[in-house]
Amino acid sequence: MDAINWHSLFFLLFAVVACGSAVAVVVATNIVRMALCLIVSLGATSGLFFLAGADFVGSMQLMIYVGGTLVLLIFGVMLTAQGPFISMRTGGGDWIVAVMLSGCLAALLVPAAFSVVAWRNQPTVAVDAHADQHAADERGATAKIHQVSEVGTHESANDAAAVSFEGDQIGEGRPRTSTHIGLGLLGARVDRLQPGSADLKPGMAGYLLPFELVSVHLLVVLVGAAYLARTKRRAKPQREA
Amino acid sequence: MELLTHPVGVSHFLVVGAVLFIAGVVCMAVKRNALGILMGIELVLNGANINFVAFSSELLNHDSSYRLGLDGQLISLFVIVLAAAEAAVALAITLNFYNNHSTVDVDRADELKG
Repeated sequence: MDAINWHSLFFLLFAVVACGSAVAVVVATNIVRMALCLIVSLGATSGLFFLAGADFVGSMQLMIYVGGTLVLLIFGVMLTAQGPFISMRTGGGDWIVAVMLSGCLAALLVPAAFSVVAWRNQPTVAVDAHADQHAADERGATAKIHQVSEVGTHESANDAAAVSFEGDQIGEGRPRTSTHIGLGLLGARVDRLQPGSADLKPGMAGYLLPFELVSVHLLVVLVGAAYLARTKRRAKPQREA
Repeated sequence: MELLTHPVGVSHFLVVGAVLFIAGVVCMAVKRNALGILMGIELVLNGANINFVAFSSELLNHDSSYRLGLDGQLISLFVIVLAAAEAAVALAITLNFYNNHSTVDVDRADELKG
């Protein structure tokens, strides 16, 4: 018997927790229990993000989703609670249609996930070789930044980026992604730099415009939500359910 | 137990994302509570996020020609931010509905039926 692959073991753990809690969200009838199951599911999903090497996205998932959006949802549950244990039952016909729909979707999606050979698992040796290759790429990119900073006008900024870039390695293997994501949001894709070419390649422009759009969108939406949610008048008692 | 001794690939992450997506769709379809429908939307967005992160991961895609690179992680960050905005405004609408109708049952939101 082979040795246990700890990456796969933790993937299995987080996957079972995430999927089980997601199914529990569907079958639960109590809205508070649904919110709790959703918290567990999203936390396990952030664990999956960490396992996939997306450390920044995983921590953002924990901070924004579990710390922000779900607190908002639970406040919504508390503000609209009509009694201690509200449960709105769904009819049997709706459940039959929903289970048929979900069965068809599962029969479509799960074989599709395994249908491409390049998406299946590959030997462990390739991971280490690829990590070395990636580290070599990183060193090349760092050298490239130094080279640009010598001829560029923003010498100090580029030097600072290069220094943080060098200090961004975890041990020998993969780099952290937060520096790359932050620079990508500001319009510089340092992960796409090719050593030895001075001009920008297509796809290197980064995400400055979507970042600005989503910032303004968030501001407008939050102002609109605050405007919508303010109390105007009490509900009429005769309309009560 | 092949899954415990072999490294996982993109396919396994895609299966988890599919399960979350299906759970979210069913949650949106069968729940009558408006906040339950919101939770279903969150589950769907998380399933999509898992797929984006799995395709962008360099631990799972060893062939760099198939890899999405950092774009997938950036898109999943945008999805997280848009989900937060959507939750805020949908919650405000739900609170307004509750103030007007004293219930969060979406089957009661039939004043515009025609």
